[in-house]
Amino acid sequence: MSGALFLGWRYLAHHRFKSSILVASITLMVFLPSATRIIVEDSANALTARADQTPLILGARGSELELVLNTLYFHAESPATVENRVFLEAQATGLAEFIPVHSLFRARGASIVGTSPDYFDFRGLKIAEGRQMGLLGECVIGANVAARLGLAPGDSIVSSPETVFDIAGVYPLKMTIAGVLERKGTADDDAVFVDVRTTWIIQGLGHGHTDLDIPEAGAAVLSRREDVITANASLKQYAEITPDNISGFHFHGAGESFPLSGIIAVPPDQRNGTLLLGRYQNNDLLQIVAPDNVLDELLATVFAVQNYVILGLAMLSLATVAVTALVFLLSQQLRKGEFRTLLRIGASRSYISILIASELVFVFTISVLLAGVLTLITQYYAVQVLQAVLTL
Amino acid sequence: MITVSQLRFSYANPSLNASTFGLRVDALDVPQGSSIALVGPSGSGKTTLLSLIAGTLRAESGSISVNNHLVTDFNDSELGRFRIGNIGQVFQAFELLNYLSVTENVMLPWFISGNGDKAAVRTRAVELLCGVGLHARLNSMPEELSQGEQQRLAVCRAMLNNPPVLLADEPTGNLDQENKQNVVDLLVEQAKNNNSTLLMVTHDESLLARFDSVLDMRSIAKKPEGQKKL
Repeated sequence: MSGALFLGWRYLAHHRFKSSILVASITLMVFLPSATRIIVEDSANALTARADQTPLILGARGSELELVLNTLYFHAESPATVENRVFLEAQATGLAEFIPVHSLFRARGASIVGTSPDYFDFRGLKIAEGRQMGLLGECVIGANVAARLGLAPGDSIVSSPETVFDIAGVYPLKMTIAGVLERKGTADDDAVFVDVRTTWIIQGLGHGHTDLDIPEAGAAVLSRREDVITANASLKQYAEITPDNISGFHFHGAGESFPLSGIIAVPPDQRNGTLLLGRYQNNDLLQIVAPDNVLDELLATVFAVQNYVILGLAMLSLATVAVTALVFLLSQQLRKGEFRTLLRIGASRSYISILIASELVFVFTISVLLAGVLTLITQYYAVQVLQAVLTL
Repeated sequence: MITVSQLRFSYANPSLNASTFGLRVDALDVPQGSSIALVGPSGSGKTTLLSLIAGTLRAESGSISVNNHLVTDFNDSELGRFRIGNIGQVFQAFELLNYLSVTENVMLPWFISGNGDKAAVRTRAVELLCGVGLHARLNSMPEELSQGEQQRLAVCRAMLNNPPVLLADEPTGNLDQENKQNVVDLLVEQAKNNNSTLLMVTHDESLLARFDSVLDMRSIAKKPEGQKKL
């Protein structure tokens, strides 16, 4: 028995190429349907878990899905924005706790999320290292961002330029990292959080430069007329907000008109939630959505597609089984001489059967083990891959 | 010692509904420890006789006794076990397994039977290989060997269990003259050292002098009555 197992193993090891193809075919046959199911189910769970924690989202009328994906996952495909006035008016209703979210910009591949301190309490985010952001221009970063970029409190991160070829446009802002968040296994791990006003500075709605009233700024001043001072391009603009220059930062325009990509609404009870839904139901410019309903619609489509994919994979598996069986049978035909030799030396027919069976067992065992390992890896990374895709 | 008595055998040919080749040996005694060259024209039944003695072909009637064991009475599994322990075979085409190393090929009978201690069997295999000059090839694969080396390897495999009977079916058919002499010398020497009975089929008259005696199939075998000849 052990001799037959040894011969079977040596045969497979000697014919590595053929054995590898067999193993790869069976591995994929087992792995692909299970991986598809795992990816879809884990993704669905991850999507719905975050959506379930977020009762309502208020934003500009347009794609509900884009609004939800941007507010929950800071997806780069940004929805239309609403004015800060909407946030202030909503807050005045007292129907819910409202949290502003402004996610349009990126820093070294991570989404910059402008929000208020309430967001951290709402998501249960805790500082693992350093402290919470305090000043304009400070940020706290997610655990994945810190690990991926090797950043720690005290380091800085620069926002990505939005207008590379416009030298008069908005310059990237260097932000000081005040703290690193604890890992939560959510999209928050991959984000850079700043005060919402910092995102407005990145957007160019506010800036900082040398005080034009001081004599040193004289060379940059072109004209002074009543309250209007016109400066030339030699005026030094600050690319970083520090305690020394923070007084030089200011916003142009009314703060009420500044943009937000979404507003999270957390009503204290169902009654207030219903009132809130009714309030914005027929608004031509605004919409309020329940993220779980929006994602349920998306997932219904995904699950339908999944069923078709699995059906296709099942048919592919049948074809693989047929081809594998054919390869194996043809291989046995080619090995007739070898089996005859074994019989002539003294092997029984059952020994030959055990030899063939052992090869099948080896191939299937290795394939199933490989498929199991791949499935575990898929299970481990499925949610992370989903988050990476959603924040692209 | 091999004893054959009233042996009858024929290959059935279903398309002709008749037997197409037959062998009849009324009596044959081969003493233990002798080396015999089996000669005769093609189709005279040399290979058939070896196969009947080894038990890979079944006689229709009569008996074959090897060392007082009636192989014609054994069932298939008994025959398999008997062959491994008592009959070493060397084939014309070597019939080595290309996925086993040289040492593992010699150990093949042990991989089939599993009888005995593996370490001792390996030691025996290495001794045999060293004895035929293959000490530098222990871990090589058969395809890396020359034809002469492959046939020496095949002889070592046949000798692994010190079989009392050694059957060789034209083992020099594929070899050049020098290798033919070497292989026959090796077989005869191994048989003598082990007091094995060597029965070797050959067409090469230049090799006959190395054997104790030469047996012409025409002198011992007759065509069965009523047999159709193709």
